[in-house]
Amino acid sequence: MAENIVTIFQWLIFLGAAFVSIIASFMVITRKNPIHSALFLVLTFLCVAVLYLLLYSQFIAIIQVVVYAGAIVMLIVFVIMLLDLEQELRSGLKLFYSKVIGGLLMVLFLFGIIYSVVAKSPTGKVGSYTPDKASANVKAVGEMLFTQYLFPFEIVSVLLVAAIIGAVILSKKRT
Amino acid sequence: MVIPSVPPECYLVLSGMLFTIGVIGALTRRNAIVVFMCIEMMLNAVNISFITFSRFLQSLDGVLFAFFVMAVAAAEAAVGLAIFVMIYRSRDTINLDEINLLKW
Repeated sequence: MAENIVTIFQWLIFLGAAFVSIIASFMVITRKNPIHSALFLVLTFLCVAVLYLLLYSQFIAIIQVVVYAGAIVMLIVFVIMLLDLEQELRSGLKLFYSKVIGGLLMVLFLFGIIYSVVAKSPTGKVGSYTPDKASANVKAVGEMLFTQYLFPFEIVSVLLVAAIIGAVILSKKRT
Repeated sequence: MVIPSVPPECYLVLSGMLFTIGVIGALTRRNAIVVFMCIEMMLNAVNISFITFSRFLQSLDGVLFAFFVMAVAAAEAAVGLAIFVMIYRSRDTINLDEINLLKW
């Protein structure tokens, strides 16, 4: 009985987070004002963070809130503030046939995804990591990051340095 | 009666829906910053399916892949937004259908 209650709560949290994230992402692509889009994007990211918690990966949930909802959206809002974005508000949304056709193709693609997911349940080689302790996640991720994935980690650090230098050089005034 | 827990298919279908909404937004919007937000949303949808497989196949590789995707997204945000600021300085617009010098 107690397990049933836990499962019911998991279903409720999953359905709530999924519903809110879909509605919010739909609002992102339909609002005309980019600031509203950015704020709905924060809501989407927070719902996805809740889903990560539901999937027992606390580390990624924290990183999601800090990096995506914190840093990236802050950067986007900052750039929106720097630019004067009145044009799209005035000219409205223009739909061309190519865009409508592209959107319909994507909906078809979505049905393909749903069919392929539902037709055969996902299988693969099952590993040994079981989330038995909730607090062990960060430790396990850290151990794996600095042993098996050490080289990709270093590559990512080089990539971030390159991105920082590129951003600085791009936004510097030409003299 | 035991209620089954949330199956991985639900998460994967949700991930596909978010990805589709992101692609539709990236195809139909004209504002470069909104297109950029839609691309971030697509990266996020991919991360959901990585984490789902990592959870249900009991392996940590998906978590680390999601971590690397986030690092790449952060780098992309820094460089991409700098490019938007540059384009706005030189052309006074970031509407994507007016930036067509490279278009065939």
